[in-house]
Amino acid sequence: MTGGYITQQIVNGLILGSMYALVAIGFTMIYGIIRLINFAHGDVVMIGAFVTLGLLQILGWPFWLVSLCVLAAGAFVGLCIERTAFRPMRGAPQVTGFITSLAVSIMIQNLGIVFVSAQPRNFTFPGFLQQLLRVGPVSFRAVDLVIMATALVLMAALILLVRKTRLGVGMRATAENLDVARLMGININRTIMATFAVGGALAAVAGLMWGGKFGQIDPLLGFVPGLKSFVAAVIGGVGSIPGAICGGYILGLAEVLFVGLLPPIYSAFRDAFVFGTLILILLVLPNGLLGKRMEDRA
Amino acid sequence: MLRIENLEVYRGRTYVLKGISLEVGRGEIVALIGANGAGKTTTLKTISALLHPHRGRIAYRTETDQELALDRLPAEEIVRQGVSHCPEGRGVFAGLTVRENLVAGAYLRRDKPGIREDFQRVYELFPILEQRASQTAGSLSGGEQAMLAIGRALMARPRLLILDEPSLGLAPLIVARIFALLAEINARGVTILLVEQNAIMALDLSHRAYVLETGRVTLSGASSAIACDEAVRRAYLGGQSR
Amino acid sequence: MRIQRKTLLVVVLILAGLGGVAVAQRSLNDYVLSLVNFVGIYIILAVSLNITNGFTGLFSLGHPAFMAIGGYTTAILTFPVQRKAYFLAGLPEWLARTEVPFLPSLLVGGVMASLAALIVGVPVLRLRGHYLAVATLGVLIIVQVLITNLESVTRGPLGLNGLPALTDLWWVFPWVVVTLFVSWKIKFSSFGRTMLSVREDDLAAECCGVNLFRTRLAALVIGAFFAGVAGGLWAHLVTAITPKSFSLVLAFTIVVMVVVGGAGSITGSVVAAVVFSVLTEFFRPMEERLNIYGLGEIFMALVMIFILIYRPMGIFGPREPRLLKPDDA
Repeated sequence: MTGGYITQQIVNGLILGSMYALVAIGFTMIYGIIRLINFAHGDVVMIGAFVTLGLLQILGWPFWLVSLCVLAAGAFVGLCIERTAFRPMRGAPQVTGFITSLAVSIMIQNLGIVFVSAQPRNFTFPGFLQQLLRVGPVSFRAVDLVIMATALVLMAALILLVRKTRLGVGMRATAENLDVARLMGININRTIMATFAVGGALAAVAGLMWGGKFGQIDPLLGFVPGLKSFVAAVIGGVGSIPGAICGGYILGLAEVLFVGLLPPIYSAFRDAFVFGTLILILLVLPNGLLGKRMEDRA
Repeated sequence: MLRIENLEVYRGRTYVLKGISLEVGRGEIVALIGANGAGKTTTLKTISALLHPHRGRIAYRTETDQELALDRLPAEEIVRQGVSHCPEGRGVFAGLTVRENLVAGAYLRRDKPGIREDFQRVYELFPILEQRASQTAGSLSGGEQAMLAIGRALMARPRLLILDEPSLGLAPLIVARIFALLAEINARGVTILLVEQNAIMALDLSHRAYVLETGRVTLSGASSAIACDEAVRRAYLGGQSR
Repeated sequence: MRIQRKTLLVVVLILAGLGGVAVAQRSLNDYVLSLVNFVGIYIILAVSLNITNGFTGLFSLGHPAFMAIGGYTTAILTFPVQRKAYFLAGLPEWLARTEVPFLPSLLVGGVMASLAALIVGVPVLRLRGHYLAVATLGVLIIVQVLITNLESVTRGPLGLNGLPALTDLWWVFPWVVVTLFVSWKIKFSSFGRTMLSVREDDLAAECCGVNLFRTRLAALVIGAFFAGVAGGLWAHLVTAITPKSFSLVLAFTIVVMVVVGGAGSITGSVVAAVVFSVLTEFFRPMEERLNIYGLGEIFMALVMIFILIYRPMGIFGPREPRLLKPDDA
């Protein structure tokens, strides 16, 4: 096991972690503001992947245009999910919101199966992104670099949005105390919609990355990354954006490193190890890494 | 400026406000006193549209002398019309800094120079807030949080300032300071509607007062008169006299 | 007199049920019969999860893990000895030589599931809300992975097939009755009220002297027992068992049944279990004829949303219809 090999694994873990982090941010922002888990968030990833497929490969649009459309599509889907699964449920117990979003998730997945068929489709990025680059003992494709860079840029933009802008203050105020936020004149509906839109846009971009990285997409693609990102958001502490980012990278690295660094017979135990670690983290830090104590919201 | 007519409000299935009427004139300080559970907070929340009335009207006279029905407007619009509410328990955003809390207060305003001016005014009134501008609001003491909450409400440049029990849980000295500051704010032209359990201080500060007892107004008039009234004690104890 | 009347009513209903079972076994075709069996198993699952999630308010996704443990235990115990040597070479001597009848196997399966719940519950039940959900999800995955990889005992991903088809309505119906009875008894006992208090406001409950941890653990363990039995019944209905039989999708399905029926309501769980399993089956032939798969799931999802919009606490909320409450409740 050489240093180069380990570095390679770390790089792979970071790439996977970037994607988990982007999706986890959406989960945690939505939870932070309305205290409900958006189960359909993973499916926005799938939609992002398919939109990319459609626009890039079938219509042949330029890459930069496709990326913008993907962001827009993600925002749009996020808004639809808010309107159908969450606005009617405001004030209901937590588990109810979980189930309505689960229902929306099932609908999206099955509509995908009905309209696009369950067959996996192949996905290739334009040539210039497939180039192989070499830095010392580590080799990776240009795609990987673009993924990491884009993820970092988006995360930085998001943190700027949340910390420095008026909308960001409104989002954080609403997340803290919805009624008092209304007393400030903050339009709650619009703030929540903005949260869903931003979360959705990030998730859709993660879908674009996922397609590019793994090459194959199908309508059920969103389930596993959605679940893992949810886990990542929980590890980091639900409601905390830096927590979601940390959680995403920790999960991505753990997944890759467990397989990469342990003897091959243990590979099948990978998921068990990852979840075992997760449970251990939660036992030591019952509110996740950076989470605040859980407040109840009626 | 504000006129409430026969307001009836339910919270869930409980009949809380049973038809109250009160008035707040421009430039006045009006106090609403009563024991726990009388419906004081409910009244304020209904004015700000956090609760909706079953029956009754809330009329508000704007700057341009227009009369608006507050009971028909959404909460955001009411704030935009110049009604600022400092909620029960202060309600500061604990995770945001002092400065960010004040920014939140000015959420609806777009006039940057005006906002800067108001920041100065709030810091003048409450110098401690300027000192602690970058600290999170959760780390402030109770008295400081009360000041922050009032300062935040002022950032909206309100015409009518509503306060829900600003003295709650505070040491008497600090309460005195805050009430003195409220008098100053009023002197600068802000109308105040004050809900308080601490009847003595409230009556001392205000021009007129209403006594609320289990959802009904049982007494109203000049604060000085009410302060001398035997019935005030009765309202406090919910109908029992000593 | 009234108390005796209600008990009499229940006894009559049970006898009628048994009569119905006899008629059904004789006259219904195999397909419908197996559907009824599945419905019964789903009722057991929903009602037992209701004890954990509904009464006590724990958000547990681990039910299928306990099903798997119970199912595999029962399957291994009832497995004919001759085939054991070939299929399950890694079993210890005493186990490889025994073949146990159905009832004790089911009971042992349930007990094993309860033991697992005990072991898992001690660390995990300190967590609350979504953190607990994720931890129980982790337990589910870990159990799945363990079963897949302990090949000598469980035959790994291939699973066990050719299990004796021991499950029929004569087994399912009594177990449904037992589950309902235990659940009902718990709900209207002081222990049930303790669970409810933990669900509603655990801080206040603790101040009243309730041992939160023990209550939660008991809820998990009792629920797990019936999940284990259900797993055993399932395995011997399908006559096969694999690590994927008891998946996350199943976990969600049962949680949906409990919540849509009304978390905390036994009637709700029963009604939701019946409606969901019947409706899903109803769509299958239509899907195959029209060659559009996924329609049934879309419809079910719409039904779920619709019900929850109008009744966010579930169809029955946390209550039972007045008829079914004990007279002094």
